[in-house]
Amino acid sequence: MTDILKINDETILKFPKHVKFKYNEPRKEWVILAPEKLVKPDKIAVEILKLVNGERSVKNIVQELSKIFKAPENVILEDVKIMLQQLSEKGFLVE
Amino acid sequence: MTNNNGNGLKKASEHGIPAPLALLAELSHRCPLQCPYCSNPVQLEKKTAELTTDEWRSVIDQAVDMGMHQIHLSGGEPTVRHDLEDIVEHCSKKGLYSNLITSGVLLNPDRVKKLEKLGLEHVQISFQDTENENADRIGGYKGGHVKKLEVAKWVREVEIPLTCNCVVHRQNIDNLENFINMALELDAERVEIAQVQYYGWALKNRAAFIPTPEQLDHATEIVEKARVDLKGKIVIDYVIPDYYAKHPKNCMGGWGRQFLNLNPKGDVLPCHAAETIPHLKFDNVRERSLKWIWENSEAFNLYRGTDWMPEPCKSCDRKEIDWGGCRCQAMALTGDARNTDPACSISPLHNEIFSMAAKEAKSAPPEFIYRRYGVRFNSPI
Ligand code: SF4
Ligand code: SF4
Repeated sequence: MTDILKINDETILKFPKHVKFKYNEPRKEWVILAPEKLVKPDKIAVEILKLVNGERSVKNIVQELSKIFKAPENVILEDVKIMLQQLSEKGFLVE
Repeated sequence: MTNNNGNGLKKASEHGIPAPLALLAELSHRCPLQCPYCSNPVQLEKKTAELTTDEWRSVIDQAVDMGMHQIHLSGGEPTVRHDLEDIVEHCSKKGLYSNLITSGVLLNPDRVKKLEKLGLEHVQISFQDTENENADRIGGYKGGHVKKLEVAKWVREVEIPLTCNCVVHRQNIDNLENFINMALELDAERVEIAQVQYYGWALKNRAAFIPTPEQLDHATEIVEKARVDLKGKIVIDYVIPDYYAKHPKNCMGGWGRQFLNLNPKGDVLPCHAAETIPHLKFDNVRERSLKWIWENSEAFNLYRGTDWMPEPCKSCDRKEIDWGGCRCQAMALTGDARNTDPACSISPLHNEIFSMAAKEAKSAPPEFIYRRYGVRFNSPI
């Protein structure tokens, strides 16, 4: 296991090799699958995670989200960072 | 084949139970080791009865269509099957998250690499002890422990996340700290410290395994301290024997609620030990679809929900928390699978059984009865 990552505006995140974020068609739900873990992220987390692609920085993700939710970037930035931080501490996201 | 028409049992959908989350696939009961606490049934299935590669592919397709997320490839020893690679490949093609539960001893570096390439997501290796000699004695396989350490390295070399499964009991529990250190050294992501659970082979050997309450308290202290010290470095999962718990474990998340288990010949079981309940009739994937079985199979519907419960579970406010505990344990220890799991302190049989186990824990451990084909027993109870 690696040390705890501190996420800032420029951090570029991706899913580690053995973490799968996917849509389960028969159940009609998004899930995060990891060894011995099955997590159902809430609606907002799903929208954030859909934007994680190993290329976008946290700032870019927030720009996209502000379009989707029609909310100013500075209003959502901190909340998004907190959520990404939590997901990375659970091992679901890496740099 | 069972026919549920008119047997009065509610089906999965009538209980409001959705499709299962994961599938435990016992690919084979064959295993080079002979652990005396094996969870396999005492009557092991032979190779000739095992499902074929195509039959497993069909099971995987059906599992995915139902919406299952994960598959645990287990046994016996799943790597005895030469088509393990084909099965893993099919899982990743279909997007079913795959986990290999293995003793490791039959693997080689090429095979590990290949499995990684084909999309295997996680490997769990079982360890019998941290000392060569005792580990090999418990597993009944010479050179096993050294080989496992090597296999763990190969797994990490190709960057598959690793879990060390450590089964602890009174003959190795004093090495608990060493188990945790071993997992750290092997760069495992997770270490599972599980006390032996007493059904199947383990129950036959209970007197050899059951720890004393003092040993158990000491072990719990060690785990709690290590969890604090190693936070962020390794995840430690810990399962205590439910003989020493106040309430039983929430077995499998409730009978027929979250998981299903296929034995090597394709019988579909609510739990891996369900074959120890002699009156259960299982449906087989060679005759019925997985979906039909989950919805209709009598073996599932008999103990689903709470309608079947007698007292004291019936009027207990925990009945939808632990679902009355383990049916297989109730069967093994009381002779009736419907009874309250005697691991529960509210069970009228709890004290009698608990004091017998406590007495065993204080006496000299008997010889092991090793897990083998064709062993005959006298019931210990
Ligand atoms: S009486 Fe039954 S429901 Fe209540 S705690 Fe014990 S096993 Fe669980
Ligand atoms: S009762 Fe449940 S947990 Fe216990 S052995 Fe049977 S299926 Fe497994």
